[in-house]
Parts: sequence; structure tokens; C-alpha cells
Amino acid sequence: MRAMVYRGPYKVRVEEKDIPKIEHPNDAIVRVSKGAICGSDLHLYHGMMPDTRVGMTFGHEFVGTVHEVGSSVQNVAVGDRVMVPFNVYCGSCYFCSRGLYSNCHNVNPNATAVGGIYGYSHTCGGYDGGQAEFVRVPFADVGPSKIPDWMDEEDAVLLTDACPTGYFGAQLGDIAEGDTVVVFGAGPVGLFAAKSSWLMGAGRVIVVDHLQYRLEKARSFAHAETFNFVEYDDIVVHLKKETDYLGADVVIDAVGAEADGNFLQHVTSSKLKLQGGSPIALNWAIDSVRKGGTVSVVGAYGPIFSAVKFGDAMNKGLTLRMNQCPVKRQWPRLFEHVRNGYLKPSDIVTHRIPLEHIAEGYHMFSSKLDNIIKPLVVAGQS
Amino acid sequence: MTETATPYIANKRIPRKSADELRAQIPGWGADLDPADRPSYPREQPGIETGARWDFPERQPEKWPRERSVEHAFLPPVFGTSTPPAGVSGAIRKYAYKYSEGRAAHWLLLIAADRVDATEHHLKSLATLHPDNPVTETGVLSEFSHHPIHSRYGQKRADVNHQWMDPIIVAGPWVMAAVGLAAAYKTLRKERTQPDD
Ligand SMILES: NC(=O)c1ccc[n+]([C@@H]2O[C@H](COP(=O)([O-])OP(=O)(O)OC[C@H]3O[C@@H](n4cnc5c(N)ncnc54)[C@H](O)[C@@H]3O)[C@@H](O)[C@H]2O)c1
Ligand SMILES: [Zn+2]
Ligand SMILES: [Zn+2]
Repeated sequence: MRAMVYRGPYKVRVEEKDIPKIEHPNDAIVRVSKGAICGSDLHLYHGMMPDTRVGMTFGHEFVGTVHEVGSSVQNVAVGDRVMVPFNVYCGSCYFCSRGLYSNCHNVNPNATAVGGIYGYSHTCGGYDGGQAEFVRVPFADVGPSKIPDWMDEEDAVLLTDACPTGYFGAQLGDIAEGDTVVVFGAGPVGLFAAKSSWLMGAGRVIVVDHLQYRLEKARSFAHAETFNFVEYDDIVVHLKKETDYLGADVVIDAVGAEADGNFLQHVTSSKLKLQGGSPIALNWAIDSVRKGGTVSVVGAYGPIFSAVKFGDAMNKGLTLRMNQCPVKRQWPRLFEHVRNGYLKPSDIVTHRIPLEHIAEGYHMFSSKLDNIIKPLVVAGQS
Repeated sequence: MTETATPYIANKRIPRKSADELRAQIPGWGADLDPADRPSYPREQPGIETGARWDFPERQPEKWPRERSVEHAFLPPVFGTSTPPAGVSGAIRKYAYKYSEGRAAHWLLLIAADRVDATEHHLKSLATLHPDNPVTETGVLSEFSHHPIHSRYGQKRADVNHQWMDPIIVAGPWVMAAVGLAAAYKTLRKERTQPDD
């Protein structure tokens, strides 16, 4: 089969690989029809995530058709069109039994702090991912769901990560009616977090980024007010002024480890790998939320320490909430929202890249060329 | 400013839009106002239905000694089988797993192994029919057709000031590979020319 493989920082190529095999009775092999590149993949692509091995296939957002099932699989059958959450999880461990699917203890030998994620380094379990023609899906009775007949396939891809993660990020904010919510990052996750904040009853939603075209999307897609942090000497002070010096009730970090806005922080983490992530957006969040407020972190950080302003968080009495998103738990309610027309996940798709051209897709997404917001990866040659 | 700013008094001073106004303007506004409608509230939901019919999953066969965190009680039953550790990078990785996730040494060794891994593979690829090609693999050719200048400049972007470093990071392992090759060649030549004198 054809599969994307990592060749070292900033380098990927498409190679011929063996079709994955059933390795456990509850495995399925899925033939991928559509996938996506995620902001998280950029952390791997830039070589930031420890134990990212040359030869690994990335990709944790994909949908497709069941090609083969293991002997114990009952809930899906060969030929079913399925969407697969980015989490690999068992459904039965201490954490899964409480709904913390992203924190599963049975699927990742390499680290106890992280659950399993498809195509996301050995630190997340060493699974090859879905930027390929076929992918191994463990616990096929637990993770995947049949794509409902009414659902658009591109919406289904977005529902495997970006959309539920943004929705989850808004929930972590514990938004109350009328709250002012600030979202850092107008990437896919931030856009969905902003949009979801309204569903939870926010009174005001503000999105901050430095990419004009993404801020424009935040205005049109997520009905948000927007600020480009480059235009302000100090974005924290500006946000204080905007909130009558109170600060926002809730701030969501949808940027993560490669935040820009401070050269030293960015270079020591993204380029030199001396920090687990550049906490610029996280520090801005801590400083711009009101005392007693909540900071929700869905932006991803590496396992190495980062220079976070913890003292301010403590002195301000903040609630910090965060996690990888337990995707499938979001689905029933999100499906209703999609069906009711409150959310159209595929509205943020800007590029559809054939698997064979994925190296160019990575470069464009990494360098933010051509007003890219969300690139899908489509099967086939062309 | 004559009025006292919000934080110095008991309530928010600026009244924002009413719920009715917001509902009229924003599709779905307030649909999840009640926390009970939010799927991740409360955070833990004991007894949630997951589809699992086992207490503990069957074990997948371990085809090679799978490296694992010392914080695990045993090898978890299911795991990824991509890219087993090999070569010098593999040795560093196995060594890194002797340290717990709480130790910086664990992560810094893994990061170091990643750099070695890339260099090892670039070297190896030169001896194959499919050597690494920095032009196609970095995807830089997409620049031509996707507005490289307009995308970057006059846009108030904050990331253009460090994008120049990217090619250096890409070239790093190549330079190391080249140095390694040159050293190997020198040693080989020495060995070949020395014995007869
Ligand atoms: N928690 C989860 O389950 C989960 C799931 C998916 C993605 N993520 C993480 O969420 C983050 C965002 O993902 P994405 O796909 O939207 O990525 P993305 O790279 O497309 O978006 C990040 C955005 O942040 C902007 N940005 C950079 N520095 C900023 C700053 N200081 N302030 C405000 N904005 C800034 C960038 O310009 C970009 O638009 C990533 O870290 C990703 O790993 C987490
Ligand atoms: Zn993702
Ligand atoms: Zn589990």
C-alpha cells in the first residue's frame, strides 16, 4: 500500500509499505478514504515530540471502510463505512470506564502519562496512522462508529478530532451564561472552540491570532470579535482594556507548543527543543483571564518542562483544566448539533491534497501558505 | 474615564447582549447552557457504556522486547508495532526507557535518539535506489504555486522572523551524514594504504 512516512524533521515522503495485519482479536483494518493533517502533526513534523521514529506513518484523523476484522469484533463488519476517533483506547481500564478515553492505560507501553493516538510517535503508543491507504484500528468494538447516512464524509473527518476537540475545549472552560471567552489560536481547534463557546451560552467571544486570514474566518465562521496580537504592543493589556480591566471569565489555549509572539520562547522550544513547548499563548491566557477564572488548555505541549508562569495562576486563584479530547464521548451530542445546523464542521476545509502529494501539504500547512486552514488528505493518485 | 472600572466594584459594568438577542443572531446559542447537556460534564462518568465486553483485554503477541515506561506495572495488552528500535538510535532509545517519565534524562535521550535516527536513515538511504530527496521530501516545491511572497509578507505575521531557520534544521542531519561519510572514507583509505609500507 502507499503510506506517508516521516524521514526526519520537515521531511516526509510516500512509500510502499505492507498492508497492516490484524495483531489482536479486536483489531480491524480500515481502508482510508479521507484523512487530514492536524496542527498536532506539525509538532511531529518539526521534530518536537520525543520518540518520533523515521519510518512512522502519521495521521490520526481519518474515515474509511472496514477491510478486515479480528475474530472477536462484533460492532463493525467488513464493508462498513466508519469514522475513527483519534484516540486508541480499550474501553475497560480504570480511565476508560469513567469516560476518560484519551487517558487509556491499556494501549500505550511507552508512557503512562499519555493515552494512545494513531500515528503520533512512540510516546503515544507507536501506532502507525491513517495518512495511508490502510490502517490498523485496535479495539474496533470500542473506537470506531459507522458514519450515519445523513452525514457528509468531510464532516465525518472533522469529527474525528478538530471539531470535538474545540467543543471539548469550550466545555473545559465551564462557561456560564454571559461569560466573556477569549480563544487563543484561530486554527481548526480554536475556530471550533470559539463556535462552541456560543453553544454553552457565552456573551462575548474573542479570538486572537496573528494570521489575518484565519481571524477573518473566526469572524465569519465563529461570529467572533478578533484581535491580531501583532498589532498590539501588549495583547494582555489590550484584552484587559477590552474587558473593562476585569479580564476574560474564560480563556482557551488552542495554540499549544509552537506558539509565536516571543522569539526566545518560540526558538528555544520549536527549533532548539529545549522546552516541551513554547508557552506564550498559555502565559497570555493566565495573564488575561480574570482572577478566579478558568483557563482551558487544549493546545498540546510536549512532555519536557515548559516555562509556564505558574505563580500568576496560583495568585489569581485560577482553575486550569486540560486534556486530550475523549472524542467519542462528544459524538452523540455533536451529531445533534451538526444535524440541527448549529455547526458545519467541513466549513473550515481549505485544501484537499492527494496522498501522493502529502509532502507539499505538510510544507504548506507548516508555513501557512495559500490561506490554508484545514488540509484534507484524499485517497488515490491524481 | 469617569466611571469606575468593573473590577473595583461588585458587578460587570457593561451590559452585553441579552440572551434573546444572542439566540436570534447565533445559530444554536445556549443549546448547551445546561451543564447536564455537555458530554464531558462531569469529568468522570463511572459506568459509561463503551462497547467493551471484557474486564481486561486479551494480550497482543509481543514480537520483540517492547520498550516500555518503568511506570507501567507490566506491558499493556495492546500496543503499536511501528518501527522497532534499531541501530544506534535504537540503543539510545532502549537506554532512555530505563528512566521514568518524571526524569528529564528520559525525554532528552529520546530527543537525541530522534536526531541520530534521522542521520542514520539519511546515510542508509544513500545506498538504496530510493535515497532521501530534500527537495521533494520537504515539499518546498509547493512554494511556487501557492503564493510564497503574498502569504508571508505585508500580513503582520509573527512567524516569518524564524522561518529562515527551517532549512538549517533540514540540512543538519545531511551535514552530519556527510561528515560521517567523509570520516568513514578517510579511515578506510588509511587502512588500505597503511599495511604495505
Ligand atoms: N487536546 C487535544 O485533544 C488536541 C486535539 C487536536 C489538536 N490539539 C492541539 O491544538 C493546537 C491547535 O491545533 P490546530 O489544528 O488548530 O493547529 P494550527 O497550527 O492550525 O493552529 C494554531 C494557531 O495558533 C496561532 N498562534 C500561534 N501563536 C499564537 C499566539 N501566541 N497567540 C494566538 N494564536 C497563536 C497560529 O497562527 C495558528 O493559527 C495544537 O497544539 C494541537 O496539537 C489538541
Ligand atoms: Zn489532531
Ligand atoms: Zn482504557
